[in-house]
Amino acid sequence: MSEKLLQIKNLYVNADKKEILKGINLTINKGEIHVIMGPNGSGKTTTANAILNNPAYSKKKGSIIFDSQDITNLSTDEIARKGVFMSFQMPEEIPGISVTNFLKYAKNKITSKPVKAAEFKIDLMKYMRELKMNPKNMARSLNVGFSGGEKKKNEILQMLVLNPKLAILDETDSGLDVDAIKTVSKGIEMFKNDQNAVLIITHNTKILHSLKVDYVHILVDGKIVDTSTSELAKTIEEEGYSKYKKEVDTSEED
Amino acid sequence: MKKTKIEDINRNIYDIKNKDEYEFKIKKGLSKDIVEEISAKKNEPSWMRDFRLKALDVYNSLKLPTWGPDLSCLNMDEIATYVKPKTKLSNSWDDVDEDIKNTFDKLGIPEAEKKSLAGVGAQYDSEVVYHSMKEELKKQGVIYTDMETAVNEYPELVKKYFMKCVPVYDHKFVALHGAVWSGGSFVYVPKNVKVDIPLQSYFRLNSKEAGQFEHTLIIVEEGASLHFIEGCSAPKYNKVNLHAGCVELYVKDNAYLRYSTIENWSKNMLNLNTKKAIVGKNAKMEWVSGSFGSKISMLYPMSILDGEGAQTEYTGISFASTGQNLDNGFKVVHNAKNTSSLVNAKSISKNGGKCTYRSLVRINENAKNSKSSVSCESLMLDDISISDTIPTNDIRTDDAQFSHEAKIGKISDKTIFYLMSRGMTEEDAKAMIVRGFAYEVSKELPVEYAVEMNNLINLELEGAIG
Repeated sequence: MSEKLLQIKNLYVNADKKEILKGINLTINKGEIHVIMGPNGSGKTTTANAILNNPAYSKKKGSIIFDSQDITNLSTDEIARKGVFMSFQMPEEIPGISVTNFLKYAKNKITSKPVKAAEFKIDLMKYMRELKMNPKNMARSLNVGFSGGEKKKNEILQMLVLNPKLAILDETDSGLDVDAIKTVSKGIEMFKNDQNAVLIITHNTKILHSLKVDYVHILVDGKIVDTSTSELAKTIEEEGYSKYKKEVDTSEED
Repeated sequence: MKKTKIEDINRNIYDIKNKDEYEFKIKKGLSKDIVEEISAKKNEPSWMRDFRLKALDVYNSLKLPTWGPDLSCLNMDEIATYVKPKTKLSNSWDDVDEDIKNTFDKLGIPEAEKKSLAGVGAQYDSEVVYHSMKEELKKQGVIYTDMETAVNEYPELVKKYFMKCVPVYDHKFVALHGAVWSGGSFVYVPKNVKVDIPLQSYFRLNSKEAGQFEHTLIIVEEGASLHFIEGCSAPKYNKVNLHAGCVELYVKDNAYLRYSTIENWSKNMLNLNTKKAIVGKNAKMEWVSGSFGSKISMLYPMSILDGEGAQTEYTGISFASTGQNLDNGFKVVHNAKNTSSLVNAKSISKNGGKCTYRSLVRINENAKNSKSSVSCESLMLDDISISDTIPTNDIRTDDAQFSHEAKIGKISDKTIFYLMSRGMTEEDAKAMIVRGFAYEVSKELPVEYAVEMNNLINLELEGAIG
């Protein structure tokens, strides 16, 4: 039997006092790629933020188990150090801190070990080549003046450098052109092995064409309403979410 | 709820307090007798004594500024304006009184002199106790000496330039300075001489309820260049100390001067300093300023771009904590064609500290085709700290480019979350943001002050459960 990496159990989460997640259950095993899809406002980003315990969201009920440990109430940095990574939909800009220095510092914090400069540089150059990133960007302030695509690639670069056990990619594909999406997929493939896992959050299906996805979950109004293989994504591509929305709408009207 | 406390700069080094020993300390207060006594103690020529007395009259005729920080805590009757240290001026550290030498040792001055400086001046209370410069500069005709020596040995130069750039009428504390000035450095760089390694003067005020009024006069002749560094600090006392120095810089045609300052006065200091530069044709004046200490600071270095194509840059950072009101900024007057000014000012306030950026940009009618670009950014680390921007822009010609950008911000929770998701604690995250914010300025500071700046940017952080 495959080894459980992440288990979300009956999770209820509020944002600004509004109930967003209404009893989420999700299990991700090592070696798997999962996708959460859903219309805008369904709670996709909230799910990602809740896993990393963003203080802007409050958990009302339920628990999150990661690598056999309860991380429900740990602080964000503790969760990150246990091996959870999130690629942000809108990465923050940090003026005055170069990409290289940022990565070194973060790597040091995540591993609690000194970073070996020479090795680090070799890895970095390798990843950047694969991600078709401009080496000049390494000396620039983190994300400052980066295009949308550059920011997203930079998130993937961070994922590769920090090498987490679970990578959550929140809308990493949104706003990217076909070539950039391919590059991001390539980054995910480089990262992926049978000891880690990826959770992709998206509202379109382009990125799924070039990745071998194990499960697709449909999130509507704070609940997972369907789970299936990647075939499900194709159905969504053709039919949208109307089928699920109706179910929800009807129940609300009743 | 987790609270983050960001510590002040570690002041252990600066707070070394030597016994308040001196050869002579003038009685507190300000009067004609006191001014005459200072002049007599200095054995100076009568023209300087007369100058002092005239300045005293001007001081008495001027009012305190009606704007800016409240200066009511200053009582001149409680300030001794002249404290002569118990050591003679020397060009060898071995001859300097041991306590005084130890202080400068701890501040790292003699070591910096060996490593990275072409000359050093060190002032303790009211007099310069050490002054030295490399032989090769002397051979090129460079003069770097204390102001008193300059008055006696180069009277023609001093008469020509002393308080001509900053006249005593400028404001009350300049007039005060004119009456009781003591110490400071005099630098003369002859035509076309490039001084590649910086000169540095360090000003240390040890005595309590005292004032320091050093005068720095620098003349960089045509085509010459210089980097001058000024440092200052004092131990903390419960009573108010006063610093009203004056810096006059003459940057002649095609000359270059960079003037760097690290001000780290104690939090009982009123820093009412005046600095001004007159910049000639195609010359360049650069100001780099780090202001971390003082109870109150009112400091607005000024460049007067008098020659065609003259340029100036100001890069400055202020850091105010509890009980500090740092009212700093920059003034520039464009007074010729094709002149340009570039300002990059930053401030950080925390624990109730107040930072104000106060500035003047004036582009005169004759300054056609001139450019001025001002950027000021403030970072407040909590809800009780204050930050303000008070720019005055006086543009008298349509044929000029001017831009002013001001940003006042707090550290956003989103940014902290982003950094924490990369394994950093909240304290690490805040320190990284502050370090990044300060970087643009800190990278301009002299290398030998890196340690000092690191005290600021490697903020000592401590988590507390509250």
